[in-house]
Amino acid sequence: MNDASTFPSNSVGIVRTKYFTFVQPPEFLQLVSGKTLSPVTLAYETYGQLNERRTNAILILHALSGTAHAAGYHSPYDRDPGWWDDYIGPGKAFDTNKYFVICSNVIGGCNGSTGPSSINPATGKEYGLDFPIVTIADMVNAQKYLIDHLGIEQLLSVCGGSMGGMQALQWAVSYPERVKSVIAIATAASLSAQGIAFHEVGRQAIFRDPNFNGGNYYRGNPPAAGLSLARMIAHITYLSEKSMHEKFGRRLQNSDLFSFRFDTEFQVESYLHHKGLKFVERFDANSYLYITKAIDYFDLKAEYGGKLTNAFEHVRADFLVIGFTTDWLYPTSQSREIVNALRVVGKNVVYAEIETDYGHDAFLLPNERMERDISNFLKRQLEKANSAFA
Amino acid sequence: METKLIDAIGYDLIVNEIPEGARVLDLGCGDGSLLVMLQKIKKVDGYGVEISPEGVSACVEKGLYVYQGDIDDGLSEYRGNSFDYVILNQTLHFTKRPKFVLAEIMRIGRNAIVSFPNLGFWKNRLHILCYGSMPQNNFLGEEAFSTINIHYLSIEDFTRYCEMHRYPIKRELHFSLMPRSSASKIVTIFPNFFAQYAFFVLDGEKFTQ
Repeated sequence: MNDASTFPSNSVGIVRTKYFTFVQPPEFLQLVSGKTLSPVTLAYETYGQLNERRTNAILILHALSGTAHAAGYHSPYDRDPGWWDDYIGPGKAFDTNKYFVICSNVIGGCNGSTGPSSINPATGKEYGLDFPIVTIADMVNAQKYLIDHLGIEQLLSVCGGSMGGMQALQWAVSYPERVKSVIAIATAASLSAQGIAFHEVGRQAIFRDPNFNGGNYYRGNPPAAGLSLARMIAHITYLSEKSMHEKFGRRLQNSDLFSFRFDTEFQVESYLHHKGLKFVERFDANSYLYITKAIDYFDLKAEYGGKLTNAFEHVRADFLVIGFTTDWLYPTSQSREIVNALRVVGKNVVYAEIETDYGHDAFLLPNERMERDISNFLKRQLEKANSAFA
Repeated sequence: METKLIDAIGYDLIVNEIPEGARVLDLGCGDGSLLVMLQKIKKVDGYGVEISPEGVSACVEKGLYVYQGDIDDGLSEYRGNSFDYVILNQTLHFTKRPKFVLAEIMRIGRNAIVSFPNLGFWKNRLHILCYGSMPQNNFLGEEAFSTINIHYLSIEDFTRYCEMHRYPIKRELHFSLMPRSSASKIVTIFPNFFAQYAFFVLDGEKFTQ
C-alpha cells in the first residue's frame, strides 16, 4: 500500500478522472463519416495549474489502448501509476510545476469517454456496432470541445506517441490557430499497409470469436479469446526482433527440456498470453475494432491532393518529431516523411532520431534523451509564448 | 579548448557574409553555435542538419530547429532557391555524396558558402612529402582520420570542379587562423599554398537560371 507520503516526490500523487459531457440533443457532434453523435462525454485528467495568461496548457494524446489516466495514482492502493508517469510530473519532461497538462480518453474508447460500450440514448442499450465509425479527426474535434470548456485559447503543445502522434498532427492541421507546438512521437502521416494488415488480423480474431455476437455481448460473455489474440498479435508489432530476443531468447518456462506437447512452453509464448489476458480485463473488444479502424483511415494528405506539403502549408505550430531506430510499425522513414514535408514548407521542425532496441514500445519507456529533448523543446516554447506578453 | 577553436572555424567570415534576416540552411551544424551567432547578430531564420544525437540535443537546448540525419537527406524535396544561404562549413570532406550535395545546394540556395581545409596548404604538402601519409593534425580534424570515404581537396581542386560544373564563384575568402584564436586572416597571395582553409561563396541563383 501507498499513502500520499510514499509516492515518489516527482509524482503528481493522487489524481481523479473528471468527465465533461457536451452536445446534448438537439446539438450533436458532426463526424467525418456523415453520421452524428449526441451527447458526447470525455473522460479527462489534469495535472499542474493553468497559469494566469493561460499559456502553459499541454494536451497529451494517448495511443490505441491508452486512457485519460496518464500520470499519478487513483488511490493509495494503486500499484501502477498512469501510462506516461515517467514523463509527466514535477521536474519531469512535462513538468507539472510549469505546465498545465491535460489528457483525455478518445471517443470510441472504453475508459470513460463515449464509445461502443456506452448507452445509446435511442435504444437504452449499449451502442455495440451501432456506434458510428470515428476517425482521428473526430477524436480531435471532440477534444476541442474540452479545450474550449477549460477556457484555453491556445495550447502550448499537443503531444502524443503512435495514434497519439496522429492526433497531435491532426490538431495542428485542423486548428492551426489553437496549437503553438506539436510533439509527435513514433508516428506517421498515415499507417502503412503492413500496419493495416496487422490491425485487420486482430479485428478478424474478434469477429470470429463465438462470443462476439455481432458486437452485442455486453449482457453475456465478452469475446475474450478474440480480443486477447488481437492483443498478442499487436504486441509482437510493438517490440523489435532484438528486444524480443534479449528479453526471452529461446528460453523455456519451466524446464530445460522440450515437452513435445502444445503447452505454453517458450517464455515468449507465456509473455504474450499474459499480455493478452491482462488486456481483456481492461479493454472492450468493440472499442478495439473502432480505434484500429480510426488509425487505418488516418491519412493526413488525403484531403490535400495527396501531398503532405499541402496539408502542412497553413500549419502554424513548431514541431518536435521523434522516431525510434528499431520501430518497424511506425518506421523512422515515416517520421522523416513528416519532417521533410514540414521542412520544405518552411516550418520550424526538430527531428530527433533515438537509437533504441525497444521498437515501437520505446515511446512509453523511460529514455533520457527523449526526456531531455522534450523538456528543452517545451522550455523554449513557453519562453516564446510568454515573450508575446512582454 | 582546442575543439572550441576548431568548431568556430570561419564563423567570423560567415557572419560577415550573410545579410540581415536571411533564410539560412546550415548543413552539418554541430551543436548549433554558428546558427545561434547568426540569429543573434544577423537575425537570420536558420535551420540546421546534424547527424550526431549530441549535436541535435544541444541544438534543441538552444531553441534551434534541426533535422537529425545525413546532410543530403531531404534536400531534393526543397524547391529551387528556397534559402538565401546554404552553409557547408567544414563538412564537405565528410560528405558521402559530395557531388550530389553540391548540386543540390546550388539548386536550393541563392548562395552557397563552402569552406573546407585546404589540402594544398604548405604544411599539408610538407606532411605528405615527409611522411607519405595524409595529414592528421588539428586542422583536418581527428574525426576525418577515423572516417572512411572522406574527400580531401585543395582550393585548386574545388575551383576546377566549379568550372567543370559551371558553378559561378561569387567570392573567394581563403583564410588561415590567427595564432591561438579562431579569428580568420584572409590569404590573398597564393592561397592554395598559404591558406589553411578554402572559403568559397557560390552564386546559386545565377546557376539555377
